[in-house]
Amino acid sequence: MAHALDHRNAAAEGSQRDVMAGTLAEKVWDAHVVRRAEGEPDLLYIDLHLLHEVTSPQAFDGLRLAGRPVRRPDLTLATEDHNVPTTPGPITDPVSKIQVETLRRNCEEFGVRLYPMGDADQGIVHVVGPQLGLTQPGMTVVCGDSHTSTHGAFGALAFGIGTSEVEHVLATQTLPLKPFRTLAVNVRGELPDGVTAKDIVLAVIATIGTGGGQGYVIEYRGEAIEALSMEARMTVCNMSIEAGARAGMIAPDQTTFDYLRGRPHAPTGADWEAAVAEWTSLRSDDDAVFDAEVDLDAAELTPFVTWGTNPGQGLPLSASVPDPEEFADESDRLAAANALAYMGLEPGTPLRDIKVDTVFVGSCTNGRIEDLRAAAAVVQGHRVADGVRMLVVPGSAKVRLQAESEGLDKVFTQAGAEWRLPGCSMCLGMNPDTLAPGERSASTSNRNFEGRQGKGGRTHLVSPLVAAATAVRGTLSSPSDLDSASRSNGQLASATTGEA
Amino acid sequence: MDAFTTHTGVGVPLRRGNVDTDQIIPAEYLKRVTRTGFEDGLFAAWRKDESFVLNSPVYADGSVLVAGPDFGTGSSREHAVWALMNWGFRVVISSRFADIFRGNSGKQGLLTAIVSQDDVELIWKYLENNPGAEISVDLVARSVHAGEIVAPFEIDDYTRWRLLEGLDDIGLTLRHEDLVADFESHRPSHKPVTAPA
Repeated sequence: MAHALDHRNAAAEGSQRDVMAGTLAEKVWDAHVVRRAEGEPDLLYIDLHLLHEVTSPQAFDGLRLAGRPVRRPDLTLATEDHNVPTTPGPITDPVSKIQVETLRRNCEEFGVRLYPMGDADQGIVHVVGPQLGLTQPGMTVVCGDSHTSTHGAFGALAFGIGTSEVEHVLATQTLPLKPFRTLAVNVRGELPDGVTAKDIVLAVIATIGTGGGQGYVIEYRGEAIEALSMEARMTVCNMSIEAGARAGMIAPDQTTFDYLRGRPHAPTGADWEAAVAEWTSLRSDDDAVFDAEVDLDAAELTPFVTWGTNPGQGLPLSASVPDPEEFADESDRLAAANALAYMGLEPGTPLRDIKVDTVFVGSCTNGRIEDLRAAAAVVQGHRVADGVRMLVVPGSAKVRLQAESEGLDKVFTQAGAEWRLPGCSMCLGMNPDTLAPGERSASTSNRNFEGRQGKGGRTHLVSPLVAAATAVRGTLSSPSDLDSASRSNGQLASATTGEA
Repeated sequence: MDAFTTHTGVGVPLRRGNVDTDQIIPAEYLKRVTRTGFEDGLFAAWRKDESFVLNSPVYADGSVLVAGPDFGTGSSREHAVWALMNWGFRVVISSRFADIFRGNSGKQGLLTAIVSQDDVELIWKYLENNPGAEISVDLVARSVHAGEIVAPFEIDDYTRWRLLEGLDDIGLTLRHEDLVADFESHRPSHKPVTAPA
């Protein structure tokens, strides 16, 4: 912490700012300081403010009461995602309907661009921003949604805010913020086949805990991260919040530039050249010092699943449900016992023996085109197991169209899965897509909290590959379980037994 | 926002760590477009259990929640703060708070007092031995008083000052509107806008 603060204090006095080593997060932060004063938070400029219907109504109401306009509607964008049904037709829940109608009215009154249900650019807010090219390296991005950390995949400083802060950004395009500490998560080496970005981030959270990232911005580094596609990088950054970190970042590189080039809001011509020149400088200096560092060996990672009721309660798929008595810390022991009671699991049960009722592929974590391709490749030529329902919910209207143009929808429906309209859906069940009490899901979403996917519902967080294999077998599985003649061999996870 | 100096009220022992905002208020209760009425969803799932602490009439007027570590993790929903305040809580005590929750609380005037886990254990025991007992929280002195226990708490100076003064963040920022305008005049031209070209 001392390093980050010293660095910023020096910058405030205008001394040696350019010659001091800095991390990516510090560079982006420093480039957005509007005002700095002793004993006060920095006032940071916000480049992009994303809105959805759940966390914005009270913020607009506050503006109205105070007679304040939206300062920069041209840096603000709204989409409808949390409440929208994923089956054709209007919203039937009257309260959801009021919330969506309120957003429409507010956007019209305050001049904010909105992508409503049915629009070609509608979708989950964290899928829409990147696909439009609005999320770019070096930007500050906020949204009244904790998964705003997703946008950090582009080297943006992006984090979730509360409704009072939404109102503050609407009114001023700035936020008063105390400096974050910096945490480097180094994922060295090469990922084995069948191990994905989701497995990386679940392993990171299990390693540092749900509070391990508290107060930090995580920068994900190392060969395994550099080798990831933009979609996969977004999956990793998305779940930074589940480790307690408000933001996760990855330094922009050629993969980032290639993804952005030609997107609707990406710079063009001379602006593109200027932008790439600036973006190229956005990396932590070689001698930059992080407040903390964590190392993971990619080669040791395996498909990872959660067994409990917070995202840190995860293990390799090859492991068994842990015994609460094995936890040294009393609060961990109590949490594990509570989690097993809620999840209806017995210690010692192999995770592969856990039977599910529902498989959900979608969300801002894993609802992008690559995720759907990965899941489709696994279910192709198979049938969803008897008694299992599989919901595939694209992250945006554009993702849905792209998937349909590739025939992925047919692959899913021929396997017996349901192909839905875009939205947040069963990630949090604000729309009709929920688990019934006692139902168990394998879900590509981000939170396995009690009741998150429906009252009494039980959630196992998994990658799209594991979700798809689980749908086919009916029990938590990896694709290698489908290929092998018997389940006792060919397990992807058999190479390692380590608990990450 | 009302100014906060000291508060004395019934302490509620919540022996749970990792209390995420989905537990504080489940998503199905987030559909209101006002800031009031969220008390009906507060800890909705846990309140179905008769033995849950808030179901005891002794704690009906509870206003100081004493919780385990990592309180307020997960979703950014400020509804969690509104639900606690709508119920009547003015203070939450924990050894560790999630960042977004703590920030949201500060904006609304809900005091999040960071007390060591050892002191939380002592306060839990005191409250369980004296159900319905009151706790005093002194923001000026940064201390919690429960019976004979005097526990110091942490809070950053800036949030403390804002709470003591009852100041509105937006008003404070708008005093520096000239600096915002100056910053805007220097933004690179390649930064995107959401409006149609």
